[in-house]
Amino acid sequence: MMKIKLSVQNPQLCVGCQLCMYACSRRSGSGGLGQPAISVRSSGGMSKGFTIIVCRCCEEPPCVEACPAGALVQVKTGGIRLQKDKCTGCGLCRDACIIGAVFWDPVACQPDICVQCGQCALFCPHDVLVLSKSDEGGT
Amino acid sequence: MKTLHRVLIVDMSAQSFIVEERPDLFSDFIGGSGVSSALLREYRGRSPEGPIVFAVGPFTALYPMASKTVASFLSPLTGNYGESHAGGRSAVSLRMAGYGALVVLGQAPFPQYLVVDEEGARFKDARSLWGMKNCSTPARIMREQEGGAGLRSILRIGPAGEKKVSYASVTTETYRHFGRMGLGAVFGMKKLKGIVLKGNRGIRVSDPARYKTLYQELYKEMTESDIMKKYHDLGTPANILPLHEMGALPVCNLTRKSLTGPEADSLSGEKMAARFLSRRLACAHCPVACIHLAALRLEAPSEPYFYQTSYVSYDYELLYALGSMIGVTEARDVLRLIDRVEQYGMDAMSTGVILAWITEAGAKGLLPPGAFVKNPPSWGQTEAYLDLIDKICFAPSPFFETARKGCAALAEVYGGKDFALVFGKNEMPGYHTGIGAHLGFLLGIRHSHLDNAGYALDQKMDKEVFSSPDHLALTLIKEESFRHILSSLVVCFFARNIYSPSLISELSRAAGFSLPESLLEKGLELYRAKLSLKEELGFRWEDLSLPRRVCETQTPGPQPDQAFARETLRAARRLLQDTPATLFEE
Repeated sequence: MMKIKLSVQNPQLCVGCQLCMYACSRRSGSGGLGQPAISVRSSGGMSKGFTIIVCRCCEEPPCVEACPAGALVQVKTGGIRLQKDKCTGCGLCRDACIIGAVFWDPVACQPDICVQCGQCALFCPHDVLVLSKSDEGGT
Repeated sequence: MKTLHRVLIVDMSAQSFIVEERPDLFSDFIGGSGVSSALLREYRGRSPEGPIVFAVGPFTALYPMASKTVASFLSPLTGNYGESHAGGRSAVSLRMAGYGALVVLGQAPFPQYLVVDEEGARFKDARSLWGMKNCSTPARIMREQEGGAGLRSILRIGPAGEKKVSYASVTTETYRHFGRMGLGAVFGMKKLKGIVLKGNRGIRVSDPARYKTLYQELYKEMTESDIMKKYHDLGTPANILPLHEMGALPVCNLTRKSLTGPEADSLSGEKMAARFLSRRLACAHCPVACIHLAALRLEAPSEPYFYQTSYVSYDYELLYALGSMIGVTEARDVLRLIDRVEQYGMDAMSTGVILAWITEAGAKGLLPPGAFVKNPPSWGQTEAYLDLIDKICFAPSPFFETARKGCAALAEVYGGKDFALVFGKNEMPGYHTGIGAHLGFLLGIRHSHLDNAGYALDQKMDKEVFSSPDHLALTLIKEESFRHILSSLVVCFFARNIYSPSLISELSRAAGFSLPESLLEKGLELYRAKLSLKEELGFRWEDLSLPRRVCETQTPGPQPDQAFARETLRAARRLLQDTPATLFEE
């Protein structure tokens, strides 16, 4: 089975342009920075470089484990999916993700997690983000 | 586009704010510099020191390289209209907070900083930050106090702004500036230490599919074509060697024709990158990353094996102003000078030109005895220049009080107008290319090289352009008219060759707003509106003249000449009164 995984390969090349965040927001067809599931912030001032926060497809995702409603599902092709109708908005998934990659939609009161679509990597001008595909066999 | 139409009006005296819906304003003036200048005109009677207006444009946060914020204010340096553009993240943060413009009126009762977000404005006590001798510590504290990492922008002044140095800048994101014309001093007059802008929201577009396609094409052009390569690789310092080789890099207040080859090489973008480049940064929503940081490692003077490493942003204009213009050609020394003006929050270009004037005036014996503790500096004396920068910022003597007002003020008091390199009271940018550049500085609304790029005309040496004053004036007016469109959309001028008029129209349609059919005519209208504001504020064409020195020092392009300059200014004044159709008729 083909598995996809987004990874931060070259954080030292990040220039802080945030094009990845805009690309993520554009998935919904709008501009601006409405609810991107990726964040780029300075590592304590611009001169110190940038920290990129995005779901890293944990093999045993704590967010899924923490969800009491079973609303988060780990998909075999990679990444996590939210079943919106099951989500109660308790926020335990957000607390469980210690890297801060479970973003929060305050209007829907639900998590916003990367779906590994790779739009951010497509618009990263310096190959900081890479979407890799691997054939892990099986079905 | 609804968020763009909201204008946040903050009154520092009353400690209150209101939000006004102003679709009319953005329909008539587009955004950015068009809107900020119109709002300044509306509100200019409301504060003795004048309001501060920030505005962003309809492309901000929608398309890449449209992330400039334009500030309009009354310039303490020129005594007239002040306008300054900054990159960084402020434009996106202001729009994502839900506003197209921010107006700051009145004076705070004590030093404060503002927090602007979707809820409006909050007034925060900044007394503990006031008086700090650098720009970076107050920024760190504001950063720690306020949330919103990655989605915020922090504007702040340093001691120069607090002390109302007429060419104090406002720094944003450590390395970008509202550099020119003294916005920092207006912050100081308002006891406004800084502004934190933060917000995140989506912007609906009318045609999402077309929007995505156009965005992708635009991105491809910016990243795959050669158009942006110069800014991408070496940044603006790539200009040092070409301008040196053609004899257009100003040296020692134009007393020398050029640097030597090794001197120019030391300041070149190539050598700077090889020796010092440590990191590259981008403004929000820009794939180019033209901001180049040098790592400057200095030994602590007091104890061995202690070092201080600073990260200093270097650009062409800084290497000119604090390098070649004052004869400092060792790159490490230039970085030390840049670091000093950065920490104090002073405009590097104005500071360099003022240091150059002081050096020459001192050598000519024009300066009063006792103006300095030590002797006036000679060209290239870094330590003396560091000392002078300190004194300009902090010393109480009458000489330094005048120096805080700018080069024109110094020449007015002490003489030496012939070699005071100012244009409309603004200190000279680093292009001694020919009469196109110098007339461009005079004619430009901001007296900036970026207003109309006259320096590019000199380099092209198009004989037709220089064949008559009318031809030159018309060419400069045309370029400036189009640039008023770009600065109203807040498109970075580095992307001017990508954002063509036809593409601009297409992009606006996909986003859901319309622009006039003739952008050039609209640009001229915006140009005239600003000129009319300048005239209301006391601008007189008769006051414009070339400093004598620029006519005496050889240029690679057409040599500046007083008579031709006067004729060109007359022609420009006449042409600017013509109807657009007549003016731009081919």
